[in-house]
Amino acid sequence: MSSATLQHAAFILRGNPITGIAAIGASLLIFVGIFGPWIVPYDPIASNVQNALMPPSAAHWAGTDQLGRDVFSRIIVAAQLDLAIAVSAVGISFALGAVIGALCGYSGGKLDRAVGRFVDVLMAFPLFVLAMAMVAALGNRVENIVIATAIINLPFYIRFARAEVNVRRNLGWVEAARACGDSHVSVVLRFLLPNVLPAMVVQMSLNLGWAIINAAGLSFIGLGVKPPTPEWGIMVAEGARFISTGKWWLVAFPGLALMLAVLCFNLLGDGLRDILDPRQRT
Amino acid sequence: MTTPKPLLDIENLQVTFSTRRGPVEAVRGISLSLAEGETLGIVGESGSGKSVTGFAMTRLLDASGKISGGRISFRDRDITKMTSASLREMHGSAMAMIFQNPRGALNPIRAIGQQIADAILAHRKISASEARAESLELLRAVKIRDPEKRMNAYPHELSGGMCQRVMIAMAISSNPALLIADEPTTGLDVTTQKVVMDLLASIAAERGMATILITHDLGLAARYCRRVVVMEQGKLVEEADALTLFRSPQHPYTKRLVAASPTATSRVEDLVTDDEKLLVPVAPPPKPKHGTPPLLEVLDLVKRFDDGTVGVANFSMSIAPGESVGLVGESGSGKSTTSRMICRLLDQTEGTINFNGQSISHVPARDFHRAPQRREIQIVFQDPNDSLNPRFNAFDCIAHPLIRLLGMSNGSALRQRVAECAHRVGLPADLLERFPHQLSGGQKARIGIARAIACRPKLLVLDEPTAALDVSVQAVVLQLLERLRREDNLSFLFVSHDLNVVRMMCQRTIVLRNGAIVEQGESHQLFDNPQTDYTRELVDAVPHIEMIAAEKAAAGA
Repeated sequence: MSSATLQHAAFILRGNPITGIAAIGASLLIFVGIFGPWIVPYDPIASNVQNALMPPSAAHWAGTDQLGRDVFSRIIVAAQLDLAIAVSAVGISFALGAVIGALCGYSGGKLDRAVGRFVDVLMAFPLFVLAMAMVAALGNRVENIVIATAIINLPFYIRFARAEVNVRRNLGWVEAARACGDSHVSVVLRFLLPNVLPAMVVQMSLNLGWAIINAAGLSFIGLGVKPPTPEWGIMVAEGARFISTGKWWLVAFPGLALMLAVLCFNLLGDGLRDILDPRQRT
Repeated sequence: MTTPKPLLDIENLQVTFSTRRGPVEAVRGISLSLAEGETLGIVGESGSGKSVTGFAMTRLLDASGKISGGRISFRDRDITKMTSASLREMHGSAMAMIFQNPRGALNPIRAIGQQIADAILAHRKISASEARAESLELLRAVKIRDPEKRMNAYPHELSGGMCQRVMIAMAISSNPALLIADEPTTGLDVTTQKVVMDLLASIAAERGMATILITHDLGLAARYCRRVVVMEQGKLVEEADALTLFRSPQHPYTKRLVAASPTATSRVEDLVTDDEKLLVPVAPPPKPKHGTPPLLEVLDLVKRFDDGTVGVANFSMSIAPGESVGLVGESGSGKSTTSRMICRLLDQTEGTINFNGQSISHVPARDFHRAPQRREIQIVFQDPNDSLNPRFNAFDCIAHPLIRLLGMSNGSALRQRVAECAHRVGLPADLLERFPHQLSGGQKARIGIARAIACRPKLLVLDEPTAALDVSVQAVVLQLLERLRREDNLSFLFVSHDLNVVRMMCQRTIVLRNGAIVEQGESHQLFDNPQTDYTRELVDAVPHIEMIAAEKAAAGA
């Protein structure tokens, strides 16, 4: 990052402090995701039935669940799994999507048309249902949630990279790279991709929130993560059984964690777009 | 004799833009006046504030721009203090503006007849059918063929010149007293430029409209305006009668501008610039002896595109070592396609290209990056802004071909070679760390040239290398190219639409139209005594001073 970029980032942040708050929130989330298991006050899995279904108190900030486990500790520890699923899924779809999309956008022709139709078909399915079907077919495991989430995100990255590369493929510096001895593949991978990366990072950040929801949603309906592993989707699902009896904290706190995580990544994505979008640089 | 009251009177106008780096003064106190029916040219290079002045007169400035001082009175009313309601009324009836990119200024999803009618209806209470009849009249007035049919045409169905005529029709729909034309023909071909400008001039004369022509092209301003003002960095540096300005410029900036504008007789040595030392001691290389084998030989080159259209048909030419050949033609003539095929960036459909006695046309473009001739044939691109990778700094750009084509690895040898290339193109060494967005257009052009000559090629294809540059920068770049050619005995294939530049830079010229060669020969002969109507038309469309003087004398008599 050059000093001009930093200066520009500061300019954006002054006008849009929410991005700064979102960045702090996202860093906090990542910190919790990495160090969660070491900083929680209680063991998230050990049950203590005498202490079951206690409302929020000084000892248990978010109350306890039906097995007497501390909800707050479970939420903190769950961040790791939820973030890991989301990050690896987005990472996979980003890596694959960027390369496939860039090759399509650069080459045009048959490959582009074939991939384009495949993407159209993929997007014609209700994506969440598709993810459910994939997890059910592949087996009820965490890595399959990652694969399913990655596949349903793939079309967005392919389209995005394709469009971004397509507008640049006839620019002088692309032809110049050819004249300087680069092959077509090398032009795509070493010239075009690095130029579309900033825009794709924005897309990733926006997509991360969506992937978290998706992973939690799959767990919520009983696919993927199994109890007693703490995970936000499962916690909401399990807590939902007690909501009619007024035990609101079982649903509210994991739900809140989910909402804040998604909100942080979305706001961060919006802010990053403002910072990286050259049209905003006057 | 009493001077009539001026139509427009600008006094000490100042315009300031607020940016994140603080306020920028774009116009710094200019004063000028314009009588009814007069034609005035505002000339300047990019960043001189000429367009901003135009926008300020119509109060169509960007949100971040503000008239920070001075007065603009139009028919004795101060525009700077008008309310938006009276501004609207004035735009409709007294003042109109046309812009550089006519296609962008038209609504792409509305037929042009309707758009003109819309403009009429916005300011006058007449029925829709009356407005339609009037717009048909206007299309006739701007000499659009088949106006009844064109009424229902959409902008994308019309050429750039046609779109500009539609814009003119729209602008004159309310019979304005003042028409401001901001680079109305930039981006149009020379012949189209002449037709559009002639039309604009005759309409203005017929209707007694005052015209302000804002342009970077001194020749154009001189030809179509009685009086010309020159702007530099937001200030008015000189104001004079058009011919006087051209023949005896007073201000040093105007002198430089006039010298840098190539005319039919100028030589590249005469484009006096700041970097006078650039060209000096190198003498032109001796003419190649008769019978020297050509460096490049192109035989019956054909390009047919996938949709069946023919881009280039039976193109043959040759270039001797050290020779510079110009390729001129209007947009769509196939000159870029031809140059790309010769550079092996595009496959030909038929034909052979021999380089140094060896065929290079059998190597498909996709594999040519591995061919040994890759380093011998290099290209300089048109727009310096998009010919450099935004993520490479200047050093990386110049080092790139050295690494890929000469196999040099990072180290002191590479650094030395890049520094040498930068030195040869006159790029200060401390700029090598900068990224393209931190450099000026001229600096970027130099980097593009340094990159092309880094591997010491034998043939340099120049694809409109100065089309996007200001004249004074163009002068420097042309001198630089000429010096490099002499030093290295380089051959040039100089692709351009600017006849004066080609005449100056090339020994031989080829005129291309619709993919086929119309005429070719020694540049001076070809331009002084064109054999075909098309070449004559091209040559006549370029404004030059003797012709302008003759025209003005005839008009005055």
